[in-house]
Amino acid sequence: MQHLCKIGAIIAKDLAAELRTREMLGAMFVFALLVIFIFNFAFELRAENQRALAPGVLWVAITFSGMLGLSRSFIREKDRGSLEGLLLAPVDRGVIFLGKMLGNALFIVIIDCIILPVFVVLFDIPAAALPQLAMIAILGTLGLSGVGTLFSAMAVHTRAREVLLPVLLFPLIVPVILSAVKLSAAVLDRLPFAEVQSWFSLLVVFDIVFGALSFLFFDYVIEE
Amino acid sequence: MQNPAYLMTGLLIVTGLLMVAALVLALGVAPDPVNLATPTERFAQRIFYFHVPNWWVGFLAYLVAAVAGALYLVSRQERWDAVGVSSIEIGLTFNTIGLISGSLWAKPTWNTWWTWEPRLTTAAIGWLMYVGYLMLRSAIENPQRRARFAAVFSILAFLDVPVIFLAVRWWRTIHPVVIGAEGGQGIGGFALGPTIQLVFFVCLGAFTLLYVTLLWMRLRTEFLSHRVERMRQRLLFR
Repeated sequence: MQHLCKIGAIIAKDLAAELRTREMLGAMFVFALLVIFIFNFAFELRAENQRALAPGVLWVAITFSGMLGLSRSFIREKDRGSLEGLLLAPVDRGVIFLGKMLGNALFIVIIDCIILPVFVVLFDIPAAALPQLAMIAILGTLGLSGVGTLFSAMAVHTRAREVLLPVLLFPLIVPVILSAVKLSAAVLDRLPFAEVQSWFSLLVVFDIVFGALSFLFFDYVIEE
Repeated sequence: MQNPAYLMTGLLIVTGLLMVAALVLALGVAPDPVNLATPTERFAQRIFYFHVPNWWVGFLAYLVAAVAGALYLVSRQERWDAVGVSSIEIGLTFNTIGLISGSLWAKPTWNTWWTWEPRLTTAAIGWLMYVGYLMLRSAIENPQRRARFAAVFSILAFLDVPVIFLAVRWWRTIHPVVIGAEGGQGIGGFALGPTIQLVFFVCLGAFTLLYVTLLWMRLRTEFLSHRVERMRQRLLFR
């Protein structure tokens, strides 16, 4: 219970900082929209191939804009010198990880919630698919932000900083992207859940296992 | 290690001889597999004696690096970090060779240089991951921090490889599986006769020894560069 309060405090701090500066969410949203538009031009999306490409477009938009948010997450702390303050706070390092991770996930989920209706309108997808798509988006976002938060904390201590994060993160989250795309495609094609259940399990297992591993390794990453 | 120079020379000679023997066996002694139709396919099949041991070394190198990473995090001894980076450099080299030799084999057999098949896709993603590892290392100056981050990354990356493989495997596979119960399946697959098996295991042994030799030499240069670094520090801050 005590830990939950501390995690909540870190999330609230990130949210408050975001609400006052508004430097991330706006950029993430516009970037996600841009990705969808650019795919439209690049693939010349027409009615017949739109459905086939839609899940891929959605997930490229989510992962790319998520990457923006993740890379800012620790750079912001470091540039303002608040990272030291956070580390000096009398809380467990695991609590810091969970707070940062859930905060990152929250930002990306907010973007998901704005981008999904736009996506549904632009790609002419029945609105009934929205709740299922949202659930897949949340699961995918959790997978993204688990390893993403760990790597973001790593990247901020390197010379290359935000450039390094996508290079390190994208290969590792291939299973997340694959299963999220497959699940979204199944929702759009109205396949029965049993057919894609293994993808669902893979996504959940990845979220749990790699979330836990990142939690364990976080200690080693922000040691000093 | 009182007489490492003798030992190393010995190891070098044995490895060299074994590699030559493997080459002669694979090109001269091993029979053509019976079920492959065209001469080109039969000729291309001989890559098997190098391609598979090559991947075995790549896998072994990444495994060694992950174990060394774990040992570093527990013990904080510099030498485990040296083992990790040396092993990954070797693994990445063999990974690259494996991708190229696989392409050379795929062209005559599958009639394409590349296909998004699970093993190929996993190999390519693994290659990208470990290139990322080297980039991560080169972007950090503080040696302790570099060692810690590298250890964490090498463990995570190694654990991720089977998950990626599983995910990509749920697409259709055409890569032949020649070892185990499913022997000879897939396009370009073949069954293993006794002579082929013998030659294959000689090649496997030769490549494993090659890995050990390379790791040893690479480790030695790593330790020497550490020593040079320490001497430079001593001179600078005297």
